[in-house]
Amino acid sequence: MNINIIALIRAAVLNGTPLLFGTSGEILTEKSGSLNLGVEGLMYMGGAFGLMGVFYYDRAAGAGANAFVAIMIAILCSLLAGMAGSLIFSFLTITLRANQNVTGLALTIFGTGLGQFVGEQMRIKVGGNVAISNGLKVVFADGVFPKAMQEIPVIGPLLFSYNIFVYIGIVIAAVMAYIMAKTRKGLYLKAVGESPSTADAAGINVTRYKYFATVLGGGISAVGGMVYTMTIAGTVWNHTGLAGEGWIAVALVIFCLWKPLNAIWGSILFGGLMIMYIRVPIAFIPSQIYKIIPYIVTAVVLVIVSLRQKKEDQPPASLGLPYFREER
Amino acid sequence: MENHAIEFRGITKRFGSVTANNNVDLYVDKGTIMSLLGENGSGKTTLMNMLAGIYMPDEGQIYVDGKPVSILSPKDAFDNGVGMIHQHFKLIDVFTAAENVALGINEGKYDLKDVAAKVTEICNKYGFDIDPAKKIYDMSVSEKQTVEIIKVLYRGANTLILDEPTAVLTPQETSKLFSIMKTMKEDGKAIIIITHKLNEVMEISDVVAVLRKGEHIATVKTSETNPQQLTEMMVGRAVELDIARKDPVNPVPRLTISNLTCRNSDGVVKLNNVSFVANGGEILGIAGIAGSGQKELLEAVAGLNKIDSGSIIYTPEGKEPAELVGLSPMKIKEAGVALAFVPEDRLGMGLVGGMGMTGNMMLRSWNKGKGPFIDRKGPEKLAADVFEFLEVKTPHIDYPVRKLSGGNVQKVLVGREIATSPSVLMSAYAVRGLDINTSYVIYDLMCEQKEKGTAVVFVGEDLDVLLQLCDRILVLCGGEVSGIVDARTTTKEEIGLLMTSVGGKEEN
Repeated sequence: MNINIIALIRAAVLNGTPLLFGTSGEILTEKSGSLNLGVEGLMYMGGAFGLMGVFYYDRAAGAGANAFVAIMIAILCSLLAGMAGSLIFSFLTITLRANQNVTGLALTIFGTGLGQFVGEQMRIKVGGNVAISNGLKVVFADGVFPKAMQEIPVIGPLLFSYNIFVYIGIVIAAVMAYIMAKTRKGLYLKAVGESPSTADAAGINVTRYKYFATVLGGGISAVGGMVYTMTIAGTVWNHTGLAGEGWIAVALVIFCLWKPLNAIWGSILFGGLMIMYIRVPIAFIPSQIYKIIPYIVTAVVLVIVSLRQKKEDQPPASLGLPYFREER
Repeated sequence: MENHAIEFRGITKRFGSVTANNNVDLYVDKGTIMSLLGENGSGKTTLMNMLAGIYMPDEGQIYVDGKPVSILSPKDAFDNGVGMIHQHFKLIDVFTAAENVALGINEGKYDLKDVAAKVTEICNKYGFDIDPAKKIYDMSVSEKQTVEIIKVLYRGANTLILDEPTAVLTPQETSKLFSIMKTMKEDGKAIIIITHKLNEVMEISDVVAVLRKGEHIATVKTSETNPQQLTEMMVGRAVELDIARKDPVNPVPRLTISNLTCRNSDGVVKLNNVSFVANGGEILGIAGIAGSGQKELLEAVAGLNKIDSGSIIYTPEGKEPAELVGLSPMKIKEAGVALAFVPEDRLGMGLVGGMGMTGNMMLRSWNKGKGPFIDRKGPEKLAADVFEFLEVKTPHIDYPVRKLSGGNVQKVLVGREIATSPSVLMSAYAVRGLDINTSYVIYDLMCEQKEKGTAVVFVGEDLDVLLQLCDRILVLCGGEVSGIVDARTTTKEEIGLLMTSVGGKEEN
């Protein structure tokens, strides 16, 4: 039984990591007042382009493929894809002041479609499953710490047994929390999200902050999609694999109360809830009901937060609203 | 000769086809308090926003300390030593005072303790009292305003612009603000204050600049002018500044409210055991610091707020008394109780921003008309009447009200409520932000209603007006009635004291 729990936690962490990226990115975006509902699309794009980058690198380099380069290519391709997607979103909503909800939904449709197109195209070209050579595959899936550390009882598997993206994700969330709490830039970013007119009157370049946070946030979210295809999906393109990840990330942002540190344990919890139906099946609960638990938890949190009315736990006050200086 | 602190030369600003400022020449000197007077839409705020970097002038040149400058953003304004305290505070609720002050300052190391220490230093110098670690949402309006002023001083501003700073303050807070303004003036700062209240203009300023329809009419020394002359300059013709208050004729109880208690949605008691009588043929003023329960009281009577306990007995003319508690808002309205509430953001309650005047008039009569079709003719005529009688400045009556200036939005709202010829007319902040001329039009309308035998309940902010307009004044403090006084015999100080104390319980 003991081993089962450790295995369950490990699975939760691994499953939660794509969510951690997706959520951290969206927190950054939403802190600037942009509500980007295109996370689902961005994660699809990240997943497809990240896989594509490594796939062609693998083909070009053959046996001489370098692990570090492969990981960098995966991150870079997915990051750039996500940034390109959220740049479109930013241009439409920040510069042209289009409705954020509509634009975000459009981005989801666009991103899912583009990701599918790229992924399926590769699959058809190679005539089967898009997969990279086994030598590179393990680079993404295996733990980064030495074997000896991984084999320490209990602590080893719990803390040191994961692939590199788990640690990168935690570092990103922690750095983000630090920046928001302790630096001037973080204070300005929060100010832009709370009240752009106040930030503007204080001489802060609202447009630049919104663009920066939204574009980078979208990029980080997209890396989450890559992490999913490269680790959980085993570097194989599967056209339904990523479905729903982006939406859970959006829900998780609310669950975490827009705080990056909460995203770390929140994503592990949600990662666990998502796989509970496989790991801990309970006969009389249909798996469909089991699968909606993350959404129910989010709804409950939303209700509790709204009832408590604690000012610090509320969404950024200008979330979803366009800003135009000369509006009267 | 010393340079002017600020000088405008030939400033013009247009919004589409509307000219907000036309060829304005104006200057203010160091160590001077200048009042900027003008009706709504005369371009005062627009002019100041150009100085603060919110808008850019289309033509003309601004000089700071004798040097031509181009102020393209709020940051440029700060760099030139200009700071503006906006009417709607530019503060972030979830931040502390120190964090708000630190916004936009990029010099030096980011250390909030350092900021807090400097804030305390400024407080000591000018006599403020603010805890730098206090969150904005925990602050009173007056404290928020203080933070705004500290923000500007922290950046080393030499010129301060205050946009209607006293609109939300109690008399005591206002006099405190004025003494601070005088300290700053002695410190050599140039201060521009935008206000509608002539008594304040006379009290605080050294010079008065008058704008009318976007043009600079004149700048006069306060000591050489009087309210009557200023009003004439503002409006462009002679205006009667007295409210024709007649003695109430045969007042009969119209609304009898006893032991009314209400909570808001969070369960906080907003009205506690409120009892009073509103008589027909009488104007009952309601005074109190913003948020003392004025809104809840009116909403409770109108049936919009849930009532915990107590009763509201309504006695229409020549009919049997009836209990209003428990009736739907629609029934209460049909019985003749009208509510004209002007919220802080004028569009928040009562008007639909995207619709024109006609559409908004229709909101009162949507359930009338034959069959499934609404009646357009009535509201159209009403809109045309309000347009003409209250001189609403709009391109045409179907122009979205959201795009009108604040004062004009209000005219639409108040005009509509009065037009229903109610037997109880409740209005809150009916003249909030309105210029003198329009305010008096509204006061006259209230008096007219009173003479018709209507019970008028008037929630107001300006105590001078309450004293002149009302017959009796009820003072609310923290949701309780702290006193009902006769408007003809009471004083501003007495009301001010009642506003901050309830049954001996002092509030800071």
